[in-house]
Amino acid sequence: MAAMLEIKNLTKRFGPVLAVDDVSFDVGRGEVLGFLGPNGAGKSTTMKMVTGFLNPNGGSMRVCGHDVLREPLAAKRCIGYLPEGAPAYPDMTPHTYLNFIADIRGLTGSQRAERLDYVIARIGLDGVMEQSIETLSKGYKRRVGLAQALLHDPDVLILDEPTDGLDPNQKHEVRGLITEMAAEKAIVISTHILEEVEAVCTRAIIIAKGRVVADGTPQELEARSAYHNSVTLRLEAGAANDVRPTLEAMAGVLRVEATGDGAFILVPSGVEPIVDEVGRTARSAGWPVTELHVRPGRLDDVFRDITLDKEERT
Amino acid sequence: MSGTAVIFRRELAGYFATPVAYVFIVIFLVMSGIFTFYLGGFFERGQADLQAFFNFQPWLYLFLIPAIGMRLWAEERKTGTIELLLSLPISLAGAVLGKFLAAWAFTAIALALTFPMWITVGILGEPDNGVVVAGYIGSLLMAGGYLAITSCISAITKNQVIAFVVAIVICFAFTVSGAPLVLDFFAGWAPETILAVVSSFSFITHFSSIIDGVIDVRDIIYFASLIAFWLFANAVIVDLKKAAG
Repeated sequence: MAAMLEIKNLTKRFGPVLAVDDVSFDVGRGEVLGFLGPNGAGKSTTMKMVTGFLNPNGGSMRVCGHDVLREPLAAKRCIGYLPEGAPAYPDMTPHTYLNFIADIRGLTGSQRAERLDYVIARIGLDGVMEQSIETLSKGYKRRVGLAQALLHDPDVLILDEPTDGLDPNQKHEVRGLITEMAAEKAIVISTHILEEVEAVCTRAIIIAKGRVVADGTPQELEARSAYHNSVTLRLEAGAANDVRPTLEAMAGVLRVEATGDGAFILVPSGVEPIVDEVGRTARSAGWPVTELHVRPGRLDDVFRDITLDKEERT
Repeated sequence: MSGTAVIFRRELAGYFATPVAYVFIVIFLVMSGIFTFYLGGFFERGQADLQAFFNFQPWLYLFLIPAIGMRLWAEERKTGTIELLLSLPISLAGAVLGKFLAAWAFTAIALALTFPMWITVGILGEPDNGVVVAGYIGSLLMAGGYLAITSCISAITKNQVIAFVVAIVICFAFTVSGAPLVLDFFAGWAPETILAVVSSFSFITHFSSIIDGVIDVRDIIYFASLIAFWLFANAVIVDLKKAAG
């Protein structure tokens, strides 16, 4: 399968600051790539270059086979882009705005009507079509931006923080929408919300100080966590005090952390799962266990480890 | 529909979506009237022509055109919509041209609404309508010149006030470059040819020969190339900002 978005050795300098430093990655059809990183890591800058708003200092970008620098119009036709903050013309209404976008995208006839109806219904803009955009709530503004990006049914979707400012229900809806479209398109979303990556992304890239520092499926990244395969053990109140030495003495346990509400987190020293051993020990000792489960490792631990580490080193 | 036409339509509708258009048109008409009848001495002249009306137009445009054009690019940068605009599949030239033409068309609408002035002259006497038409054409060309300068300046900043003030200063320089105010600065040290070149840049010199009823190809070329130059500079500035971020 050919990559629909190919980025090679992309570099961008703002004066003395290297904002994007030799970034390369491909995204194929059916992939949802989560673009993660602390603020100022270069996520938005990368997206702005791919969509033709900024020119890079070096490297190349191809969208659906079109070089962004040499055939900008062809590349832009393939892209749907939600810029950071979802900017839209404040004095227009969603109605006039989406029609303007449809005009620019060259949508005509029945296809135009169909697409407009589809995005308006799917994104839930019915009630606000005739209200000026500046009077809309943050959530609606974001949805108008999303509708704009989806209108021409692009092959490549680039969404800069698509769920920022949405309430939990709206977030859920937007994630559902992304998952629904995923099979047909190559999608890149940038986000701070790590649960979002777990929910919708098939792959995640962590970027720090302009460099790609991790690239893999969310599960692979989670496996890099120190807490990967750690075990949470909760006992009935009162019983918790005496078991800690036993837990600490177990083979394969690196350390035991108390969570403060009566549970323990057992961190494994190696990659071998320890839950089996913990369960056996608890049963044979007759501990009143109320909760016992394995944690897959948390993405935010990995995120923090990788990005902080990177910042300290430089 | 081409990208330029789509941008043109959106921008022109944008003027009328806010009170800007109506405020501008009313002020333009009121000020035109004041200049014509009081400062221009329309009645005292005792002539059936619109000289009194056209003579003050450069000074009216000097302030009003930057007020129309200052938002063209500065506002896009301020609201962040420029990022959207430049990632849409339209050429940069198309965007620059569409915006300029929309603002120019808006100026043309305001100018057309001064038609009662023409009717007044027609009732009072027998004006040379050819001269009046020449005056309107010249006025529109000059407005285009002011507007192209303003559009270009507007691309430099995201602050509309800065765009407004800087555009006025540059427009002022072009307005009066034939007057002693500017020429004295060059006289004495610059060669005669430089002086001639500077004074040939004057809007007023070119405009006044048109409103006298002489549509000289050179005056038309002057305004057309001035507009082309500033719009080209406008596109270059937008493009440079893409490289600089």
